[in-house]
Amino acid sequence: MSLLGKLSIEAVPYHEPIVMVTLSVVAVVGIIIAAMITKYKKWGVLWNDWITSIDHKRLGVMYIILALVMLLRGFADAIMMRSQLAMATNGSEGYLPPDHYDQIFTAHGVIMIIFMAMPFMVGLMNIVLPLQIGARDVAFPFLNNLSFWLTAGGAILINLSLGLGEFAKTGWVAYPPLSGLEQSPSVGVDYYIWALQISGLGTLLTAVNFLVTVAKMRAPGMKLMQMPIFTWTCTWANILIAASFPILTAVLAMLTLDRYLDFHFFTNEAGGNSMMYINLFWAWGHPEVYILVLPAFGIFSEIISTFTGKRLFGYKSMVYASGAIAILGFIVWLHHFFTMGSSANVNAFFGIMTMIIAVPTGVKLFNWIFTLYRGRLRITVPVLWTLGFMVTFTIGGMTGVLLAIPGADYVLHNSLFLIAHFHNTIIGGAVFGYLAGFVFWFPKAMGYKLDERWGKASFWCWQIGFLLAFMPLYVLGFLGMTRRLNHTDNPDWNIWLYIAMLGAIVIAFGILFQVIQLVVSYMNREALKDTTGDPWDGHTLEWSTASPPQFYNFGKIPHVHDIDTWTDMKEKGIAYQSFEKYAPIHMPSNTPAGVQISGSLTVFCFAMIWHIWWLAAVGVVAAIGFYIKRCYAKDVDYYVQPDEVKRIEDEHLNAQKEVTA
Amino acid sequence: MSSISADMSHDHDHDHDHDHEHHDTGGNTVFGFWLYLMTDCLLFASFFATYAVLYMNTAGGVSGADIFELDFVAVETAALLLSSITFGFAMIGAHAQKKGQTLAWLAVTFAFGAVFIGMEIYEFHHLIVNGNGPGESAFLTAFFSLVGLHGCHVTAGLIWMTVMIIEVSRKGLGNQTVTRLSCLSLFWHFLDIVWICVFTVVYLLGAM
Repeated sequence: MSLLGKLSIEAVPYHEPIVMVTLSVVAVVGIIIAAMITKYKKWGVLWNDWITSIDHKRLGVMYIILALVMLLRGFADAIMMRSQLAMATNGSEGYLPPDHYDQIFTAHGVIMIIFMAMPFMVGLMNIVLPLQIGARDVAFPFLNNLSFWLTAGGAILINLSLGLGEFAKTGWVAYPPLSGLEQSPSVGVDYYIWALQISGLGTLLTAVNFLVTVAKMRAPGMKLMQMPIFTWTCTWANILIAASFPILTAVLAMLTLDRYLDFHFFTNEAGGNSMMYINLFWAWGHPEVYILVLPAFGIFSEIISTFTGKRLFGYKSMVYASGAIAILGFIVWLHHFFTMGSSANVNAFFGIMTMIIAVPTGVKLFNWIFTLYRGRLRITVPVLWTLGFMVTFTIGGMTGVLLAIPGADYVLHNSLFLIAHFHNTIIGGAVFGYLAGFVFWFPKAMGYKLDERWGKASFWCWQIGFLLAFMPLYVLGFLGMTRRLNHTDNPDWNIWLYIAMLGAIVIAFGILFQVIQLVVSYMNREALKDTTGDPWDGHTLEWSTASPPQFYNFGKIPHVHDIDTWTDMKEKGIAYQSFEKYAPIHMPSNTPAGVQISGSLTVFCFAMIWHIWWLAAVGVVAAIGFYIKRCYAKDVDYYVQPDEVKRIEDEHLNAQKEVTA
Repeated sequence: MSSISADMSHDHDHDHDHDHEHHDTGGNTVFGFWLYLMTDCLLFASFFATYAVLYMNTAGGVSGADIFELDFVAVETAALLLSSITFGFAMIGAHAQKKGQTLAWLAVTFAFGAVFIGMEIYEFHHLIVNGNGPGESAFLTAFFSLVGLHGCHVTAGLIWMTVMIIEVSRKGLGNQTVTRLSCLSLFWHFLDIVWICVFTVVYLLGAM
């Protein structure tokens, strides 16, 4: 037994040029960034104001930065798959050998769902939700910081797998027995297990944190049925997280025991049952897609009502429809494996439940359309994303209803039709929503708006590119092409594979334009500055704060009388009120404990992956030690003094007055 | 954030609206911890479901009826159930601000918990040396993991209890300490309830 477990210099894939070039580019970029930080002496700022920050707004920004970086990585995987499939036709082998290709499609799925979509959603929720309910922070600010770093720890592990060892070759669902020790003896599946395990813990803690925040920390007067719709949809998503992520924790733990200690949950021998894995996995996995999409629904609702200048049509039905989706989302998991061969009645039950989800979703779509009706719609970038979503998501929803028919599913199972369907709902639903929310709340978080022209160009590339990339996959599904193929030999498929490749390139331009948009907007940040804090004439409380918001959010916490509180205050003439006297504000202090604890746990996970048992023990003991140390820390909070509050509040009010004058 | 006063001497009763300040964190903490326990409950539920699916898959090896010794488990169960009562006494002491009483009952609770864990380790060891380890069949896999998961929780509870005993003896029974004791007490009673399910589903039904 070596001191480094299974780890050795052989773990570096130096014989694979694609990986080594990627690694050197990452290294060069990393060195440049580090050099810039050193040159401008920003290490202190980075540590004191960001890494150790327990401010929900800054954590939100960090989540979104993580999501955008992982979007680039996940998209690089996507375009490699598309180009491989466009080249490897007519029996040619393309440039990605199966061994590498399998890792790419696995990494693509895991990254896009767990490390792109989830952090994006949680980031927007972090920035916006406490502001919307008139809270000064979340219920447990330190825990919030810890959650972020646990998620980041998972992201670090999955990126490490690129240069040390390999990633899973099992597909993002990691079904046994393929993911068992016999079929996958190397560290790939272990990277998968521990990256998901640690980030899943972060997500679970986030959900608990935000549920308590919503239950206990709403502004006075705000009833549950007066919470802004985004807060409501996030709350449903958090309930789903709290109810489903423990199942993921459990099933991953079982797979771990199978792989590490010769247990027999899912093995072929000794009575194991691999279908149990698939059941448990999807009992988490199906709610997971609603966790992703419900907050996006909330974002679209906020955007539609803001830019039509109207109240959201059917607020109550929107809340109940979200609840119905959340509950139904829990009793449809078996539709992911109708082909398992359950009895016809079981399949029929899950098929019908799946179809019923279309009803509350339809309610939502009609509510958005009725909100548009007779509104004075301002066609801004967030609105473009919303309109694009309404068309795209409807297509995805309808193909979902098709797949919900067990008989049809037997034909389409594991075909590219399925791939087209879920990209249709996840990109056209969730990702469009987050990108809309990104543009919508960017001025709130950063203090300036994003450039409109590049934003529109980016949207059109995404929208057109999406249709080009995924509509052909529906056709290919009907033509019999299954998922996860490395190369093909069927002339009928070629043209559709080429079109899909073209679509991926168009999306690449969409992403490029987003990067340009960020750079251009940063250069013009003075001209694009949001001095009022309310650039879109918003409805809810986040727009009553400065942009970026005061670190304590609200100098005086408003009393709430309406769903659209901020509109209500503007109508009554009590918006932008100046007060003579403010009370001191109790605030939590920043702390390095979050990064210490999750750093130790990341080391623990890394050690477990490579079977370095002594280091695993060190990691887990250090994590417990840092946690106990945090429990007895003395300097955990402070007070902001009234004159300080008054100075900051007056600054915001004066800036606002200058604009309106 | 540089110009903020870090003056800690301020009293918590200023004349401002209290409702959203960070003052009443005790209630939030207990509520948050309770929510966390509900997620933990689902973790156990997943293991129970798996046990229910796998318990008949003995792969030609032993079944529950062959290996469960109800007398032994009854003593184990009694130790854990009694520890819940004694934790209740500790909490009565904590709410009455009686430090000695709290510490004494915590020590008794710890002892019962340690007896429980000791007996569980003995049982596991006994099974493994007799060739009935978790690698022998899916039934034993599911049994060891479900019972072991509970055991890990109780062990974590014992570590936490040790920390709390030190905290109470050094710092007394301040608000924060009582809040933490309340969370630990929720945790401990929760594990008791889970054990009742384990005892019923695994041992009683298995031995029949």
